[in-house]
Amino acid sequence: MPKSLFEKVWSAHAVRELANGQTQLLIGTHLIHEVTSPQAFGMLRDLGLKVAMPHRTFATVDHIVPTDRFAEPFADPMADAMIKELRRNCAQFGITFFDRSTGKQGIVHIVGPEQGITQPGTTIACGDSHTSTHGAFGAVAFGIGTTQIRDLLATQTMALERLKVRRINVTGKLRPGVYAKDVILHIIRTLGVNGGTGFAYEYGGEVFDRFSMEERMTVCNMSIEGGARAGYVNPDETTFAYLKGRPYAPKAAAWDAAVAGWKATASDPGCAYDDVVTIDAADIAPTVTWGINPGQGIAITENVPSADRAVTADEKASIEEALAYMKLKPGSPIKGTKIDVAFLGSCTNGRLSDFQEVAKYLKGRKVAPGIKAIAVPGSQGVGKICIELGIDKVFRDAGFEWREAGCSMCLAMNPDKLIGDQICASSSNRNFKGRQGSSTGRTLLMSPLMVAAAAVSGAVSDAREVFSVKS
Amino acid sequence: MALAKISSITGRGVYVPGNDIDTDRIIPARYLKCVTFDGLGEFLFYDVRKNADGTDKPHPLNDPKYQGATILLSGANFGCGSSREHAPQAIQKFGFKAILAEGYAEIFFGNCTTLGMPCLTAKREDIAAVAAAIEANPALEITVDLAAGRVRFGSHAIAATLREGARDALIHGRWDPIGELADGLPAAQALAAKLPYMAI
Repeated sequence: MPKSLFEKVWSAHAVRELANGQTQLLIGTHLIHEVTSPQAFGMLRDLGLKVAMPHRTFATVDHIVPTDRFAEPFADPMADAMIKELRRNCAQFGITFFDRSTGKQGIVHIVGPEQGITQPGTTIACGDSHTSTHGAFGAVAFGIGTTQIRDLLATQTMALERLKVRRINVTGKLRPGVYAKDVILHIIRTLGVNGGTGFAYEYGGEVFDRFSMEERMTVCNMSIEGGARAGYVNPDETTFAYLKGRPYAPKAAAWDAAVAGWKATASDPGCAYDDVVTIDAADIAPTVTWGINPGQGIAITENVPSADRAVTADEKASIEEALAYMKLKPGSPIKGTKIDVAFLGSCTNGRLSDFQEVAKYLKGRKVAPGIKAIAVPGSQGVGKICIELGIDKVFRDAGFEWREAGCSMCLAMNPDKLIGDQICASSSNRNFKGRQGSSTGRTLLMSPLMVAAAAVSGAVSDAREVFSVKS
Repeated sequence: MALAKISSITGRGVYVPGNDIDTDRIIPARYLKCVTFDGLGEFLFYDVRKNADGTDKPHPLNDPKYQGATILLSGANFGCGSSREHAPQAIQKFGFKAILAEGYAEIFFGNCTTLGMPCLTAKREDIAAVAAAIEANPALEITVDLAAGRVRFGSHAIAATLREGARDALIHGRWDPIGELADGLPAAQALAAKLPYMAI
């Protein structure tokens, strides 16, 4: 019987059924960072347990690192304690740590793929909800809590209930100036922020067939914002070409065997899905969020909704709450909304292609007066290539601050924060109240090119107009 | 260590209304800077509970009437967003023992269950009925009965359910799976040995 990738990977990693009906699932690759792991190591010590398979856990530091200047000890003593604790835990338990000195440090969801650790047909977990990113390679990857990190460290397994699978086809061709970020914001807008609860999303169709690995990662990254714990794309030649030659990718004869295995993990034609949704690429426009969850998005050409257009009482309350927080006028165009800060980076859009694409258009342009614009590469590796290619210079010349690798202003657990009720045009993944470090700060999610358009115009703008994107 | 068998919880309740209450709202990221979960309770709902100068804003959790409540009531898609276990830890360390809401985000639900804090689901109008009863009498005793799938308050009761796997785990004291997972370690090692990418 034809099977989906999810079913195949799940069966290949199912150890046994537990007494309560959950599955004990083997997690081939465990990624950790400084925020959610220290308590897990503490629990492990309290229980007197060892790390079962230390060679299958990889660590990096991302959330708390200052990106303006990396110098230890960090000015923030708690952040400094966290990096030291991670270093100590990795050393004690024999875990590979991509520390700053290795030149491989960065956001955990950028480092895994970059090092070739993220591979098709594998199971991956990390104490971070954006672990769904790794699904871009045809892995089953999801975020977990700290107690489950303890479970993984101690047993390399966790207790889980099987997810259903929803296939999301995006057919046709994206219009110029429409990016992977717009695709996922459109999907979340269409299916809702909790539409994916209980599901893994399998993304496919012509748009995904054509997408680069980095574009696939952007979409998979935000699966959780639609409520889906995991999201994946079936592995294909694009996947294999990306992985070939990376440090942890199989080498020589093992490579051919691995590729054959990876091909076999892709969903079989005609396999059954629990649900199928089809979206026409032509319906997707550059999308911007106006509210306080990632489902509150509109096309750049649309107006901010008003509560009287709501269909249900819930929707009305939700629109009213969002409008009050965002201080936006109902019925007014989102285009033209003045911004204070432009942030380009994060595990959603902090990869080489994100900076490359923006640099193509940013050359010779200037950030509008009074706007703070920061560009933060997702990893030391991304930063290094950008510098080699002169991309950093394009950003600096335009008036962006070019930073060092880290999560930066996506969640503001580091010095990069909004102040007061500043509005930020952001390439990150969450626009929750207070997300960017100020309890009244406002976030508008959009694609990297739209962030650049907002930076040079000083207001939310249609990047296709600002940069004369040719159709 | 034998785990408590959680089949019913009795205590007072407090209603924090709203849908899509995310984990950044439950505990803002700046309070995740810690290497233990100790003391996280004081940062629960911080930005909606406190002004910038640390004084209280009007919020049900600041209302003296509801001090000591152990059952938290809320709306749909509660706990969406981040996987941070700091969110359920903050709720638990604040003093809550159970949550009753219209629905939960997946990762949050699993995190709570593993901490032995049941997340029950009920219909909106039923939650509203419990909330109204609490408002009328904040000292009202509420019993969340996992075994019966009911929440009882005064002379009333509503249906409240829990996914079978979680319900079973809580009722039988298996909500922390570490012991059972450790028993399966040899089988896990045998399976790992068959997967080329997991080879040393």
